[in-house]
Amino acid sequence: MAEYSWPAQGSAALIGKDHDRTDGIEKATGAAKYAYDQVFEKMLFAKILGCPHAHCRVKKIDTSAAKKVPGVVHIAVMKKWEDDKGNALVPEVRWQGDHLACVAAESEAAAALGVEAIKVEYEKLDVFVKEEDLEAAQAAERTEEGRPDVQLAAEPDEEVDEDEFADQEFSRLFKEAAVVVEGEYGIQPITHMCLEPHGSTLYWEDDKLIVYHSTQNVSGAGGNFGEILGITRGDVEIRCDFIGGGFGSKFAADPWSATAAEISKATGRPVKMMLDRELELKIAGNRPSGFIKVKLGADKEGVVTVWDSVHWGTGGAKGGGIPKDNIPYVFNPPNRRRKQIGIVTNADPDRAWRAPNHPQACAITQTAYDDIAAKLGIDSYDVFLRNLDTVSPKKAGVSMAGTYREQMEIAAKLIDWKAKWHPHGKGEADGSIVTGLGMAMHTWGGGGLNSKCLLKIHPDGGVETFLGSQDLGTGTRTAIGMVVAETFGLPVSAVKVHIGSSKYPESGPSGGSTTIGGVSESNRRASQDALEKLMALAAKKLKVDADSLEAKGGRIQVKDDPDKGLKWKDACSLLGMKPLEVNGTFARGQGESPLSSSQVGGVQMAEVAVDRETGVIKMKTFVAVQDMGLVINPKTAKSQIYGAVIMGIAYALFEERIMDGETGAFLNCELTDYKLPRLGDIGEIVVHLHEPESEYNRGVVGLGEPPVISPGAAISNAVANALGVRVPVLPLTPKRVLDAIEKGGKA
Amino acid sequence: MQDQEQLRQPAAQPFDGGFSRRAFLRGSGAAAAATALATGQGLAEAQEKKKPKVTSGKGATTIQLTVNGKNYTAHVETRTTLIDVLRYQLKLTGCKPVSNDGVSGASTVWVDGKLVSASTTLALACVKKKIQTVESLGAASSGKGPDPVATAFVHNDAMQCGFCTPGFVVAVRAFLDKNPKATEAQIRAGLNGNICRCGTYANVIQAALEVVKGGK
Repeated sequence: MAEYSWPAQGSAALIGKDHDRTDGIEKATGAAKYAYDQVFEKMLFAKILGCPHAHCRVKKIDTSAAKKVPGVVHIAVMKKWEDDKGNALVPEVRWQGDHLACVAAESEAAAALGVEAIKVEYEKLDVFVKEEDLEAAQAAERTEEGRPDVQLAAEPDEEVDEDEFADQEFSRLFKEAAVVVEGEYGIQPITHMCLEPHGSTLYWEDDKLIVYHSTQNVSGAGGNFGEILGITRGDVEIRCDFIGGGFGSKFAADPWSATAAEISKATGRPVKMMLDRELELKIAGNRPSGFIKVKLGADKEGVVTVWDSVHWGTGGAKGGGIPKDNIPYVFNPPNRRRKQIGIVTNADPDRAWRAPNHPQACAITQTAYDDIAAKLGIDSYDVFLRNLDTVSPKKAGVSMAGTYREQMEIAAKLIDWKAKWHPHGKGEADGSIVTGLGMAMHTWGGGGLNSKCLLKIHPDGGVETFLGSQDLGTGTRTAIGMVVAETFGLPVSAVKVHIGSSKYPESGPSGGSTTIGGVSESNRRASQDALEKLMALAAKKLKVDADSLEAKGGRIQVKDDPDKGLKWKDACSLLGMKPLEVNGTFARGQGESPLSSSQVGGVQMAEVAVDRETGVIKMKTFVAVQDMGLVINPKTAKSQIYGAVIMGIAYALFEERIMDGETGAFLNCELTDYKLPRLGDIGEIVVHLHEPESEYNRGVVGLGEPPVISPGAAISNAVANALGVRVPVLPLTPKRVLDAIEKGGKA
Repeated sequence: MQDQEQLRQPAAQPFDGGFSRRAFLRGSGAAAAATALATGQGLAEAQEKKKPKVTSGKGATTIQLTVNGKNYTAHVETRTTLIDVLRYQLKLTGCKPVSNDGVSGASTVWVDGKLVSASTTLALACVKKKIQTVESLGAASSGKGPDPVATAFVHNDAMQCGFCTPGFVVAVRAFLDKNPKATEAQIRAGLNGNICRCGTYANVIQAALEVVKGGK
């Protein structure tokens, strides 16, 4: 076994240098085939009937008319609505769009007509979807009240009642605080809005199911299909070369895909089942909302000494919301009381959304920290800086506070903070336009998940690696190629990377920034082990010690005497007739690895212009400074950060799920009405990869989640700095801005 | 109801490129916009009603379409959209079905040199017209390597998941054909017809600028 390591910083041939993504031209010219793009002979198109009511009982589903629609081939009523004899089970629908039946037809249009022709009898029930109104939720008995979690610097005497002591302490601490802010902040739910909707194109080969599935979980999704269909996972093959967006919502085999498999079995024909846009928004993933009522106190320097909050929100029909552990976000003031109230609404249950809970927690608490600065009339930068002593968690071997300090300095220089900053609401106005600066900071784990790969070196010099991973668009395929090519001293084009099939060695799902750590581990390990074996053969041939050899520039050569060596191909011919096959394995949680690590920090700063007359906010500049350990491909890493910032601008200024309070209907469930930023809305984005040697030496850490966390708070803080009043709820739409100006910051 | 009946009688329509404008409008955003933000009881029902209605499948016919310089035979009904023919009959899956209303720009193609959304264009309306898709910008199509816009997208990493990318490449190509010396401000103002969820706009701007700089 080789001793695993990365080349020293600055000495690598490929790692750390920009590389174009290897599948880029396929994507740019339409050659890349997604699950939606698979077309087979005699393929049926399936469509779902989504329930129009947000809360009702299904009395009867009558498909007789639908069966007669020309082109309709098969109708499957969802199992949970009907028993084996076709009798209605009268269950409750708890969110609009929940699927009742699936129609498969010769064309999408015929399937749509078939869906329309299904007759359903409903009994409507009470609806609750406006979770921002806590009192209304309590009146409707939709709340799940959690116990307050209390942390106090002082300890009570034994005989004193704990709750009473806490009340006394909080009242004393607020009295002693130099400044107290009381505020309400919130962030509305958003959807995942994957451009390729959820679904599959699938068919059976005898008893084996082949699924082209749009998934973040190539190795695992087959297990879900097997479970629902009652077959072994070994009889399901998941294929996914490209996926059109997931963001945390595409891990499982959704029930509609499993139904499509049943229809395929019954009809003996391939089936394409992709959600339409409306259902994609209604039932294929959303991010919980978060609202908070908070009182916090600080000393005259702005260091927060006491925090007392109640926060609520919803993950839809399953209740939940943002866990209290994330409140307040990143900072851990010495005295803290926090209570969480979950609310059950008639909305689709949430799914993991890029950095689950962190963006909302950041947006509803780091805004409160900024309001301390506003009330004291001091620089927000100084307030964040002075509170760094209370940051949690710690990062192995590196001080988290130290990381933030360095990153704040870099970010401030890039945005020219010192020159541009003005006290809240005190900047110069240009007509009705005022500008402002804001900042926020975040943290994330990002350690690699389990990953196995099979690496092959052929006697003709060809190199291939196989693993059941996936490329969400982060450039995973390219990064794997770079890791293997670096190890062998080859160009990236010499390595064939095979991912996207569950028939390959098992690799973890891509969620929580866990992919790059896992796949670089398995591939670096396999290629270092393989190289060791190849070098032993080369050493014998060259009559040198294997330790004296290096793989560089397409050769296996003697380090001190590079002329003495073998071309890669000639070295591989020493393998004989059969390829060298090596397995690479990384198991999470097996102690520290020299190749990967976890826990990152990031600091972001925003500069905005706000029109006080129209309420329109324009992004001017956004700076993102981010550490991620060792960076394999800076080009795709930067793209991840640009993308995260733009997604952040989306939820800070534009997008939200709008529900009708009386019916629970999702009002803006089409792209026309669901507002997203366009190319002209993003301003200047400046990305800085924070990679000092101390970071590089930690090895690889995932990047997907962290940079999407801070934009909400950073932009809200910039708007507050511009206006001198807080716009309390995200997204900061023109109406909310104008309302906040009118109220003058008073609730 | 009479309207509905008429829409279900497509045989009365001529097939040489004619189509029911009313049926087309019913499937577009116009009806949806009208009721989009109404509230109150009955809204779920209203939402059901505003959904695009499809006409029945009577009157299937065979047409000839010219796509990327090649002639194809397609079997269509009056309701068949161009995107359905391109993707499921000709297997040209570069244009993507992101939304039926075409607002995402992901199904952008050229018809007689003009940009249209293949999702909101009826196949029958494209008879005797020249259709050009993103696939025409690939290496195999020209024999000279990919279009400089496609390569600039790769150099500038103007893609992540890639689902919006083909539509964006077509939009940038068309925009730069009209504005070969576009400035950054013009690019920011002129390329707002495409939605990207992964957030590749910053990279797309750089890709477009690279093409301008290269004079291609």
